[in-house]
Amino acid sequence: MNLTLHVWRQKNAAARGRFVTYPASDVSPDMSFLEMLDVVNEALIAGGEDPIAFDHDCREGICGTCGMMIDGQAHGPRRATTACQLHMRTYRDGDEITIEPWRADAFPVVKDLVVDRSAFDRIVAAGGFITARTGSAPDGNAVPVPKAAADLAMDAAACIGCGACVAACPNASAMLFTAAKVSHLGLLPQGQPERHTRVRGMVAQMDAEGFGTCTNHFECEAACPKSISVRFIARMNRDYLVATLADRGEPASAEGGTG
Amino acid sequence: MELRSNVPEGPIERKWEKHRFEMKLVNPANKRKHTILMVGSGLAGASAAASLAELGYNVKCYCYQDSPRRAHSIAAQGGINAAKNYQNDGDSVFRLFYDTVKGGDYRSREGNVYRLAELSVEIIDQCVAQGVPFAREYGGLLANRSFGGAQVSRTFYARGQTGQQLLLGAYQALERQIGLGKVEMFSRHEMLDLVLVDGRARGIVTRDMVTGEIESHAGDAVVLGTGGYGNVFYLATYAKGANATAIWRAYKKGAAFANPCFTQIHPTCIPVTGEHQSKLTLMSESLRNDGRIWVPKKARDPRPPNQIPEEDRDYYLERQYPSFGNLVPRDVASRAAKRVADEGRGVGPGGFGVYLDFADAIKRLGANVIGEKYGNLFEMYERITAENPYQVPMRIYPAIHYTMGGLWVDYNLMSTVPGLHVIGEANFSDHGANRLGASALMQGLADGYFVMPYTVGHYLASNKIEKLATDHSAFRQAEAAVADRVRSLLGIGGQRSVDSFHRELGRIMWEYCGMARNQGGLETALEKIPALREQFWREAKVPGENEELNQSLEKAGRVADFLELAELICLDALERRESCGGHFREEFQTPDGEARRDDENFCHVAAWEYAGQGQKPIRHVEPLSFEYVHPSQRSYK
Ligand SMILES: Cc1cc2nc3c(=O)[nH]c(=O)nc-3n(C[C@H](O)[C@H](O)[C@H](O)COP(=O)(O)OP(=O)(O)OC[C@H]3O[C@@H](n4cnc5c(N)ncnc54)[C@H](O)[C@@H]3O)c2cc1C
Ligand code: FES
Repeated sequence: MNLTLHVWRQKNAAARGRFVTYPASDVSPDMSFLEMLDVVNEALIAGGEDPIAFDHDCREGICGTCGMMIDGQAHGPRRATTACQLHMRTYRDGDEITIEPWRADAFPVVKDLVVDRSAFDRIVAAGGFITARTGSAPDGNAVPVPKAAADLAMDAAACIGCGACVAACPNASAMLFTAAKVSHLGLLPQGQPERHTRVRGMVAQMDAEGFGTCTNHFECEAACPKSISVRFIARMNRDYLVATLADRGEPASAEGGTG
Repeated sequence: MELRSNVPEGPIERKWEKHRFEMKLVNPANKRKHTILMVGSGLAGASAAASLAELGYNVKCYCYQDSPRRAHSIAAQGGINAAKNYQNDGDSVFRLFYDTVKGGDYRSREGNVYRLAELSVEIIDQCVAQGVPFAREYGGLLANRSFGGAQVSRTFYARGQTGQQLLLGAYQALERQIGLGKVEMFSRHEMLDLVLVDGRARGIVTRDMVTGEIESHAGDAVVLGTGGYGNVFYLATYAKGANATAIWRAYKKGAAFANPCFTQIHPTCIPVTGEHQSKLTLMSESLRNDGRIWVPKKARDPRPPNQIPEEDRDYYLERQYPSFGNLVPRDVASRAAKRVADEGRGVGPGGFGVYLDFADAIKRLGANVIGEKYGNLFEMYERITAENPYQVPMRIYPAIHYTMGGLWVDYNLMSTVPGLHVIGEANFSDHGANRLGASALMQGLADGYFVMPYTVGHYLASNKIEKLATDHSAFRQAEAAVADRVRSLLGIGGQRSVDSFHRELGRIMWEYCGMARNQGGLETALEKIPALREQFWREAKVPGENEELNQSLEKAGRVADFLELAELICLDALERRESCGGHFREEFQTPDGEARRDDENFCHVAAWEYAGQGQKPIRHVEPLSFEYVHPSQRSYK
């Protein structure tokens, strides 16, 4: 099939960007979306033009490196699918496709479709961990974890950190990303000692990075390639409230963990 | 060049303990005076960087992705082994050691492998403490499964995303240290050279992949955890950016490269669909626990699988290997698939595929149970192929998946360059000629969490390491060489894309140095590769400039290195005149087509020393001796 692409081109962070139209010819339905871009890039290189820069690595939906707005949707039209796992059989001959980078103040454009998501790393550095010095761990089976808690923690931990939630949110909020990590660790007995400092640290950093607030549009869940549930946001809000009260020295009985 | 393994004396179960006592310690107050450069943030790199920083060292850590969390370890699906014996099914440290040495076809070092098996136990504890959400039983205890042909259940897993969860655990520990200021992280930085001063590894030169700036970094020790080099085959299960650049440049600075021809092919990958194919996707090998592998008995049978009756199917693994059946090791399963494809019995477009059929398992256990176990893998398969594996058998075919070869290291995981340590898939250490499933994650974390903190300290404490800054002339020279190379790549001015060269190299490697190798083929490859390399430097087209994000330039540098490494791989394969593990030389097989080792002449590690541009590298040998696991022919019949 033959398609027409409208692609955001921007030389670097400081430059002004614009849409440029390219044909994508002889696209096979078995190609992934990124393989289609590879083919377009080969043609651009052959014609002496600068190929389209886009981030990608694993190409199997797990590293979270790829990400672009495809016709206004983060990672494109298929639910629970990263751009690298979107296949061209989704499209029909003659389709026009608009491709843009994630748009968010906290994710400045680096070049074309590549953005800087280091804000996510800083949110994790601000508390998204369990302090467990190497060598100091008790036996793995010393503390049983109820299967339900472990499974729910895993649902939250499945986040790949791609940034689709931010890109899809009208407020460019990073609540889903942050809540997923807060919940993953907060659901486990091992995560209890730092539960308050974690949520406070991460939320403060999230705000400092310039992400917007959550006004319950839930576009994030719809865009998430791992279908992370917005219920984790409610869980984080509860944790945050409890943590802030505890911080003020008010007697607050934290939800007793799930240990 | 001397290859001293430095494996401590004494009974095998006491070696590591004894060594830990004998190694020198760095005084706690002095640790902060040392800077360690950690290249790579995968399981090996992130765990080492975090653990070294916890001890008080200053660490600088580098990765080429935009975040350390994206290292290729993230893609590992199946699981991680540990000799916990939680299942009470007869596992032990010794058994894991034994299985790994045997699985590696007696081409690994016993002392190293034993330590790995010993440390496996601590890894699980460490990861649980960090909050890795491993699968659990209803009583809340850790669940296990049997994996990749092991006869005990020793594999720990987190759904089909074990690598992701283990990496996030290590990444979070790393981010914590970044937050504390003990690790300085350099994302989107590619190491392009190693810097030696007075014969010791003292620094690296990197390129900032956003600005193009070429920068020097000095340290007291350098650690490489840069992953495997399987992308030399172009189509592989690796991430697109995975490369050999760091280890290749280190090789050219004097680090010996061990067993480069030991590459692993994974039997269960989704087959190629066309020219545009950019990578191959692995389907976890756990699928072989319930799926049955078959092809039609008749060559070129045109019927769709569901219309081929039982009597016309050949469940060739179950037939040839009755005791292991579909669970034979990877190399055996891969070669068997190639054999049936060569006989014209392969399935799917081009005939490069075999069926992996769940119909029986679904009948026996129900679609729900199968869905619970493999749902996400089935979904991934359907997404890629548009076929539903609940209804039609999957099609799979072998693909390049792992490299057992890598930089040579001693027991301390130090290369032949003093001060240069190599961990994870980048070294050659523990898997011999074939790696068992779920053992790479174990090795990466053993190296990072539990070996580096000791042996790097020992190196620093036993050597006088002068203060050094990046104004030393060695850095100027390395920077100039790197800048020169970047200029040459940008200046080739040809007409052919870098990808097309990479694809062609991959075809040569797969054809002549893939699942089966022979002298004639390897000699052909050794003519074709240098010719292709010359053509690359004449005809490649690398657009853009250095002072920007330039993905074509990044690719070109990596492909240029692959074009050199490929030759060494073929040379090593040619010189190893035996079959063992993943290295199958057609001239050396038993009458029934199994690998025939030659312990008399090849029971050794081959470590190659760079001899200069255009010179044939020198092959050194480290003899292997087996005191505890006596070499026998591997039999899975
Ligand atoms: C699809 C797949 C599934 C797998 N499943 C399993 C499994 O179930 N169980 C198992 O045990 N093993 C599995 N493996 C193997 C295992 O995942 C790897 O061997 C292991 O994760 C490698 O870890 P590493 O830390 O050595 O390297 P990697 O995770 O590859 O990390 C390499 C790091 O080095 C950096 N780097 C590389 N080059 C440079 C450079 N030049 N400059 C700067 N930085 C650089 C990268 O940015 C990255 O941070 C699987 C592998 C694949 C591909
Ligand atoms: S490239 Fe890894 S998730 Fe798409």
